[in-house]
Amino acid sequence: MSTVAQAGPAKSAGPAHPLAQRRPLGDRGFAILAIASGLLVLVILVLIVVSTAQQSTGWFSQEGLSGIFSVDWDPAANHYGAMAFLYGTAITSVIAIVVAVPFSVAIALLLTEVVPGRAARPIVYVIDLLAVVPSVVWGLWGFVVLVPWLQNHIYPHVGNVLNGVPVLGNLFGPPVSGQSFFTAGVVLAIMIVPIITSLSREVIATVPAIDKEGAYALGATRWEMIRGAVWPHSQGGIVGAVMVGLGRAMGETIAAAILIGSSPQITSHLLATGYSFPSVIANQFGEAVGVQRAALIGLGLLLFVLTIIVNLIARGVVLRSTRRMRGA
Amino acid sequence: MAVPSASPQVPDLREPPGWRRTKNQLMTILMWAAFVITLVPLVLVLYTVIQKGSAAISWQFLTSHTIPPNVMPLSFPGGMGPAVLGTLEITGFAALIAIPLGILGAVYINEYGGKSVLANFTSFMADVMTGVPSIVMGLFIYTIWVLHFGYSGLAGSFALACLMLPIIIKSTQEMLKLVPDSLRQGSYALGATKSRVTLTVVLPAAVSGIVSGALLAVARAAGETAPILFTIFTVEATNTNLFSGANTTLSAQIFVNATSSYTGAEQRAWGAALTLIAIAFLLMIIARTVTARFTRYTR
Repeated sequence: MSTVAQAGPAKSAGPAHPLAQRRPLGDRGFAILAIASGLLVLVILVLIVVSTAQQSTGWFSQEGLSGIFSVDWDPAANHYGAMAFLYGTAITSVIAIVVAVPFSVAIALLLTEVVPGRAARPIVYVIDLLAVVPSVVWGLWGFVVLVPWLQNHIYPHVGNVLNGVPVLGNLFGPPVSGQSFFTAGVVLAIMIVPIITSLSREVIATVPAIDKEGAYALGATRWEMIRGAVWPHSQGGIVGAVMVGLGRAMGETIAAAILIGSSPQITSHLLATGYSFPSVIANQFGEAVGVQRAALIGLGLLLFVLTIIVNLIARGVVLRSTRRMRGA
Repeated sequence: MAVPSASPQVPDLREPPGWRRTKNQLMTILMWAAFVITLVPLVLVLYTVIQKGSAAISWQFLTSHTIPPNVMPLSFPGGMGPAVLGTLEITGFAALIAIPLGILGAVYINEYGGKSVLANFTSFMADVMTGVPSIVMGLFIYTIWVLHFGYSGLAGSFALACLMLPIIIKSTQEMLKLVPDSLRQGSYALGATKSRVTLTVVLPAAVSGIVSGALLAVARAAGETAPILFTIFTVEATNTNLFSGANTTLSAQIFVNATSSYTGAEQRAWGAALTLIAIAFLLMIIARTVTARFTRYTR
């Protein structure tokens, strides 16, 4: 942002009322109301940290740092370690990103470079529909339709074929389960395609037309133009968009809670059951009391901190690249 | 690239030769393929929900009482009356809180804040806040409200309002940016105060975009489950009082019934899913028509 005082009309009109002695009460009241609403965002974010930290002190003081980052989550033994959930969250969101990104970027390119403006609108609507289908409906569909199908028809074959293959055998070999890291990751991928697509589109739309026309004038095909003119400009912004998607995948709760299989373990088997931060909170919070409840709120705080970090970086990257492109 | 041209006298300027052209077409096909493959899960999910949901749904289903997932139904597997009511109440009240606050917040960022550091920071943090997981919002309202005042529909409304707020701020902000400065300058020249300019000139000029952005936020919030679970304490009975006592919503009912293996539970879940998707899509379609209609008039 430039610090040059731009003679914005909105700015100059406020204090510059030489004729009025003072601004009417209603006018000032409205200004205060608006400022208060704007600052509410910051207040809520701070309150989230304060209130969840306060309610989870019981967990932090009982387990200590080493206990928190242990693998063991055993409510019966009154022991609560977060590592298995951290692992599950990381694995499912990485799977989601790996699956979702090629599709999202391809659709974003399709919408901005291939399909002309007006005709792109129906495609945008359809992608938006994906975002409006509630998480719990994806979970229900995944549980009733997708999981049995994968478990009976797909995963056993995959497991058999890849059994013994060096790396893939470890990732996808038997034993296989319909509810697994991979199933949850794929459904999360479907759910984050809309956000990555729309942010990538915003970024790609800021590529200057003159660069694209220049590429065409040199005789480039459309794909060569995308590689040579669009990609170098929007690379950074797309990385940011992907990270926003990563944040979403990390926090998506209900679909993952239903599909991940609910067993806190760390394993390289992607087709095995697992657990993640949001899903353990959703599944166990109802019956939890005492330290377990504090621990679940603490997991929420950890998740919040993780997603905030990812989002801060992501939004920073997107903001910087779009601003640079608009040539501020 | 030195590609030997077929006829050196008249180079063909229209089509790049051979392999480059093939590659270009291949990539275009891949982009379309990506879109079509993304459609597959959407079509499948909608097909299943409509097929299984329409078998479950009836007027009786939408109005009669819910049966707990672990109770064997005698003849009729129970309805979603309390959940439909709860969803409308809780989401409606959340919208009532979040829409005015969101619009005012955007007014601050765009009209009052100008280029100030605080306004820019607020705008940035609103972006970040859209990424806060919904379950964290649920925990937040649980710790700050439910622990002190108990479970209620109101707590659910607060959680949904927290989720909607940043989305509404961002969409409203985009719309306010599109209002031409000449409108503001004209009103100031007539001697109007800033609040009057904002309320009677700037906001009306952007109203269609603001409404559609708000409706999309409401549509997404209506389907949220995670923040609802900890704030309303899902029950089966009808609770018309939003401000006290446990409540229920369609999303919570789907979650409770989805993984239950008792008779009728799955059918209830599909029926509730169809109802919920119908509500969400209806809101989205209204949002789109509002935008389409008003943009036609203003341009």
